[in-house]
Amino acid sequence: MNKDNHQGIWVYIEHTAGHVQRVGLELLHAGRELKAVTGEELTAVVIADQTGDLAEQIKSYGADRILAVDCPQCKEYSTDAYTQLLYDLICEYHPSTVLVGATENGRDFAPRVACRLKTGLTADCTALGIDEETGDVAWTRPAFGGNLMATILCSNTRPQIGTVRPGVFRAEQVGTAAQVVRLEKNLPEQSIRTRIKELVHREGTPFRIGEADVIVSGGRGMKGPENFPMLQELAELLGGVVGASRAAVDSGWIDSSHQVGQTGSTVRPRLYIACGISGAIQHLAGMSGSDQIVAINQDPDAPIFKVAHYGLVGNLFEIVPALIQEIKAMQA
Amino acid sequence: MKILVCVKQVPDTTEIKIDPVTNTLIRTGVPSIMNPFDAYAVEQALRLKEAAGGTVSVVSMGPPQAMSILTDALAMGADEAHLITDRRFGGSDTLATSYILSCAVRQLGPFDVILCGKQAIDGDTGQVGPEMAEHLGIAQVTYVSQLRPDGDRLEAVREHPDRQEILSVALPAVITVVKGEERPRFETIRGRLKANRQEIGILDREALPVEDEKIGLTGSPTKVKRTFTPERHAECVWVEGESAKDQAKALCQALSRAHVI
Repeated sequence: MNKDNHQGIWVYIEHTAGHVQRVGLELLHAGRELKAVTGEELTAVVIADQTGDLAEQIKSYGADRILAVDCPQCKEYSTDAYTQLLYDLICEYHPSTVLVGATENGRDFAPRVACRLKTGLTADCTALGIDEETGDVAWTRPAFGGNLMATILCSNTRPQIGTVRPGVFRAEQVGTAAQVVRLEKNLPEQSIRTRIKELVHREGTPFRIGEADVIVSGGRGMKGPENFPMLQELAELLGGVVGASRAAVDSGWIDSSHQVGQTGSTVRPRLYIACGISGAIQHLAGMSGSDQIVAINQDPDAPIFKVAHYGLVGNLFEIVPALIQEIKAMQA
Repeated sequence: MKILVCVKQVPDTTEIKIDPVTNTLIRTGVPSIMNPFDAYAVEQALRLKEAAGGTVSVVSMGPPQAMSILTDALAMGADEAHLITDRRFGGSDTLATSYILSCAVRQLGPFDVILCGKQAIDGDTGQVGPEMAEHLGIAQVTYVSQLRPDGDRLEAVREHPDRQEILSVALPAVITVVKGEERPRFETIRGRLKANRQEIGILDREALPVEDEKIGLTGSPTKVKRTFTPERHAECVWVEGESAKDQAKALCQALSRAHVI
């Protein structure tokens, strides 16, 4: 394969209910970093039944161009339609690189696109770079539950495709507006073999811990669900949300949407306060990128202190209420 | 309904430790288990059979030791099991692995439903199921927590962090499952005794019509350039004090100085 025939960095933009998902905007930032090295054009790809408003939402996030594909069969996500449309676009425009958010839908159809193209796909990346030797994208991802990192290259086929975990890059507006290219496509109805019969939203407002600015998390040391309200109070005072370790979720103390870590969400808030979390590697994999990490734990040897910026050794049932009082006093 | 479950033998990653001297994975003495998500897939398959009739076959690709998880699946209640094993299959990435699996599915099938765990806990890619569906040219639903027969189709509940989709899917289809409410059943003593006597079919390179350039390292577009253990940064500033109140105060001052709060 002549790699020179494949040019351009693409970012697939996912959306739900008319709103662009943040991971797509984050990946435009990642795409700009790759572009800074390779000099290729950065393209955002958005597919929907009507992409007009979606294209507006992504315009200022740094893409040179937006491919906005309107397809009447895309009122809702389906593996079959989205695979076919992205595959067709790649065959028509032959980009060198495609980035897809590692969400349920991204990880559903990216493998089908890669397989149809007979090219390589790297899953759930947490860092991207350009390999100095080959000029290929160096995809870095965790394996073995976050115990090991691997850097993967796809050297002989194009495009090189990766799914990238939400929360790894920061979404950043850059001001300059992208050029919008509108495309209209149509697919045979019978080519779509799944049908959504019903959508059930989880109770309450959609909770996206990955987008929180401040997270106050509780682990096994919280001892029970009855102690989580004080974390909620602290989180609210700081304008944040409550997170949890897998131990707390598996014990049934809090809903799994709050789970931070390898099997939960990856987060990088401005402030992460870990209360009674020992710091299993699976948890650290999901939060060690936070700007400032505060750990409260009674065991000074707990691994959480290895990633913490501030460590408080002591009884969290005394420290957390004291913190609440202190912050209330500061805010008064 | 003819049902197939793909299962993988994995090291129990919760038991893996890092050697503090060499900074590498310590894998010796780490138990091998059936990938936990695959155990849920076996459970869904058995429930589907109970609801709609049919057979449950199980297939695994791996070294000869992987036979043990196939016996586990038989002990849970699967009807038959096959092991895909050949040194020449080694080094396959997800594209090559899913290709080999799809050839085995064609050989053993046809099947109405092929179930997989949503991902394996060692590689964590979640790509083999969808890529196998693509090789086979059939429909798929991923991240499924519940499954039931729905005429000549299946109804599946697909999980997102903020919502569930209730989908109808045409057969044949690949379904990848999450940990739902229906936990994998325990094997019975009778099941184990029966499983121990049951023969497991072997599919090697000679038994499968695979093209050599599509398997192993040759057939794998992705290559591992290097592996390393994750970096752990930073010096921790210890916030001390006579009492919890003093600690809280000192922390708030530090965070305030750093403009965090």
